Amino acid sequence: MLQNRRAVVGQPTPLIDGIEKVTGTAKYTADLPIADALIGRILRSPVSHARILRIDTAAARALPGVRAVVTGEDCAQTYGVLPIAMNEYPLARERVRYRGEPLAAVAAVDAETAAAALALIRCEFEILPAYETAAAALAPDAIPLHPDKPGNIERAVHHRFGDVDAGFAQADLVREHVYRCAEVAHAQMERNAALVEYDPARDSLTIWSTTQVPYYVHLMLARCLEMEASRIRVVKPFVGGGFGARVETLNFEIIAALLARAAGGKVFLPLSREESFLTHRGRPETEIRLKLGMTRAGRLTACACEVVQRGGAYAGYGIVTILYAGALLQGLYQLPAVAYDGLRVYTNTPPCGAMRGHGSVDVRFAFEALLDRMARELGLDPFAVRRANLLTAPCETLNGLRVESYGLGECLDRVEEASGWRQRRGRLGHGRGLGMACSHYVSGAAKPIHWTGEPHAVVHLRLDFDGGVTLLTGAADIGQGSSTVMAEIAAEMLGIRLDRVRVVAADSALTPKDNGSYSSRVTFMVGNATIDAARALLARLTAAAAERLGVPETAVQCENETFFAAGNDGPGLAFAEVVRAALAREGGAITVKGTFTCPVAFQGGKHKGGAVGATMGFSYAAQVVEVAVDDETGLVTVENVWVAQDCGFAINPLAVEGQIQGAVLMGMGQALGEETRYEKGLAVHTSFLDYRVPTIGESPPISVHIVESVDPNGPFGAKEASEGALASFPPALVNAIADALGLEIDTLPVTPDRVLDALARRRRAQRLAQALEEAL
Amino acid sequence: MQRDPPSSQVKIRRFRLNGRMRDVLVADSTLLVETLRETFGLTGTKQGCDGGECGACTVLIDGKPRLACLTRTEECEGRDVETIEGLAKNGRMSRLQRAFHERLGTQCGYCTPGMIMAAEGLLRRNPMPDAAAIRAALAGNLCRCTGYVKIIEAVEEAARQAP
Ligand code: FES
Ligand code: FES
Repeated sequence: MLQNRRAVVGQPTPLIDGIEKVTGTAKYTADLPIADALIGRILRSPVSHARILRIDTAAARALPGVRAVVTGEDCAQTYGVLPIAMNEYPLARERVRYRGEPLAAVAAVDAETAAAALALIRCEFEILPAYETAAAALAPDAIPLHPDKPGNIERAVHHRFGDVDAGFAQADLVREHVYRCAEVAHAQMERNAALVEYDPARDSLTIWSTTQVPYYVHLMLARCLEMEASRIRVVKPFVGGGFGARVETLNFEIIAALLARAAGGKVFLPLSREESFLTHRGRPETEIRLKLGMTRAGRLTACACEVVQRGGAYAGYGIVTILYAGALLQGLYQLPAVAYDGLRVYTNTPPCGAMRGHGSVDVRFAFEALLDRMARELGLDPFAVRRANLLTAPCETLNGLRVESYGLGECLDRVEEASGWRQRRGRLGHGRGLGMACSHYVSGAAKPIHWTGEPHAVVHLRLDFDGGVTLLTGAADIGQGSSTVMAEIAAEMLGIRLDRVRVVAADSALTPKDNGSYSSRVTFMVGNATIDAARALLARLTAAAAERLGVPETAVQCENETFFAAGNDGPGLAFAEVVRAALAREGGAITVKGTFTCPVAFQGGKHKGGAVGATMGFSYAAQVVEVAVDDETGLVTVENVWVAQDCGFAINPLAVEGQIQGAVLMGMGQALGEETRYEKGLAVHTSFLDYRVPTIGESPPISVHIVESVDPNGPFGAKEASEGALASFPPALVNAIADALGLEIDTLPVTPDRVLDALARRRRAQRLAQALEEAL
Repeated sequence: MQRDPPSSQVKIRRFRLNGRMRDVLVADSTLLVETLRETFGLTGTKQGCDGGECGACTVLIDGKPRLACLTRTEECEGRDVETIEGLAKNGRMSRLQRAFHERLGTQCGYCTPGMIMAAEGLLRRNPMPDAAAIRAALAGNLCRCTGYVKIIEAVEEAARQAP
């Protein structure tokens, strides 16, 4: 029924906070008034793994202009995003586990003094063996980074669904192959920073930070500073991107708060780009051994997948990442049997975390690349193989994921058509090719990290004498446009102009708690809560209008800011009149609440870890990538991308397109060039010259096709639109390279060197084959 | 250790900033980005990297795009400096600002001021750039959000509007 009314939703809508962004008035954390703040700096470990024998801060404390020095001694509480895996200290205690880990921090009257103070801090270490790779950390003689995790295994997952052996036995073709993906980083354009104001008289503090999860920051500050949560206020200013880098409380946020309290005042702690890279939480280096069984007709019969992730030094989201990697093998295609063995390993590198497409991207790369290889062997078209394995919604996968809406088939049709696949493939000339792949992603994790018994999302709407509707939400807009989506939904539901809705977001003193901007949960969950709140407000307005119109409430309709009685030709009541009537009737300003909770039935299978991957709505994407490969230099150029995504319903088609284009280009960065690198534990990728994100120069045209399957549970049918399209880029790229030159590439990123290596390998193999033939 | 440079190194510098003549007392080698953000409070100019790698700090000096994080304030003496705050005239957004807003050339907005200033520099020297010229002119400005497609569309749209 909601589908029929589309005055606001479904219209391409510029961001409600876009004017601030283009005029330069938007205030990000570093733009806040900091003239009176002390400047914080962090001393970072110069070694990868060591026992800390001594940290001597006396000289630093004695330096004029230094107002506070803090070390691990000042915080005995661990922190971490998962209640079952909080094993990190904001400042290392007793042991340091990666090069770059914070050891101490100072607050001083200016940056130069702070830097000079850091240079005066003396540290003594007893060096321990350091493990830079998963293989090294797993070696039998490796010492454990964490005493409670022998063998450096943070989590081993072993899942079996269906009869895998029987599945492989039924297959006409079984292939097994190993794929490798480099570790990558979010590289959001805004560097990390926090501003903390501590009030010693009241023992209270306010933090402004570059976060996607103000609520988790709130929880961890209360824990680590051992302060009552009610004495803490968390405000999220404008945030310059996140992509998962900021979906857990980060060490610098706690350190800034510790400094401000120690100094008894206000501290601004800006991180450099180098430090922002070291704070990390990126996508882990991953090795995937994948085995698939397929019938001659292209139907999958079984899947066995082993994944090893190099997790870095601390837990973070690691357990969730290794579970996602297995869970999201399913939910895209029909799979009769699945075996998954995942290993998350502790290493002496900066901690990994959640990054756009959390857990799914590298495994999807392997899956879609192997699917194409096997299709080639069987002489099947890549589209046909995908179509042979489509799900039928509604359905439930073997691991208990529910699929309620499924537009993958239409996505395939759209990109096949738009790319001219049938006419153009194989006719593009030497070194040029087309490749395709599919992917999917969740619209919010159905089970929250903290099970408090509260709804998954809460929204307040407030209406006062001025006739403006204020929407209060804890949801963090980090550039994805969530505030705009909520304003659109409220305006649509209330039948009012978009500019009548004002959004106040992510200030714990004003807005209801929200779990945060991750797992693409906000549009789905907070959107549904907004619908609920708008319904409640509309009911109050309708009651007042009915009284004034002298008709029953059921006869009142509202459109274009006018309330009228159905079938009555009268002029009706203007919105402002109804507001006045409602306020008089209710005794002043009205505040209503809307909530949303994922029913337990959607919260995943009963097996251990079964909640991860479960969601109320999966998005689906298919894309075709056109490449030109230079076989002299190995350079791969992406000429064109056609991408279709089933986002259920595009509440803001303009933003949906923008999100999908951004996801595709991030996938291209990972596919072609992005890679973190460590040399003896030293991160050597920590600038934009060494960590190459794609520039506009090599950016291809990306044509977006929105598919609307109208999910039965999404707000107006909407599902996620920001993450799903990323994962199909890397496999579509290698599949295109295979089409262009017949090269099989199994390692990301596909650098020119790797292309040249693959060409050389092939020449050697050809020569060998020729020599053998001649010998015979 | 507090910053206290010898007074001989602190000088008054005079330049035009967003159309107004300004005098500013700065220590030698103070970066323009610091002077803009800290002295003038013009925080629209962003810093995304540790120097010269991202383009977020792009401003116009004598009409040409320059990185404020690599420019010393004294180099601006007697010159014409324009920042994102100077583009809107009489409260009206410039054509680039309007196009970036309406076409979603901005998502998180962090690259946006630099991107718009670089595009402004381009349109002043090439009023009708094609996509290749836009790609070339903005290649020093990183954006992690948009995939660049709508940035190119926004610049094309702005070029079509008379200034
Ligand atoms: S701040 Fe990155 S180039 Fe100037
Ligand atoms: S809009 Fe976020 S970096 Fe460009």
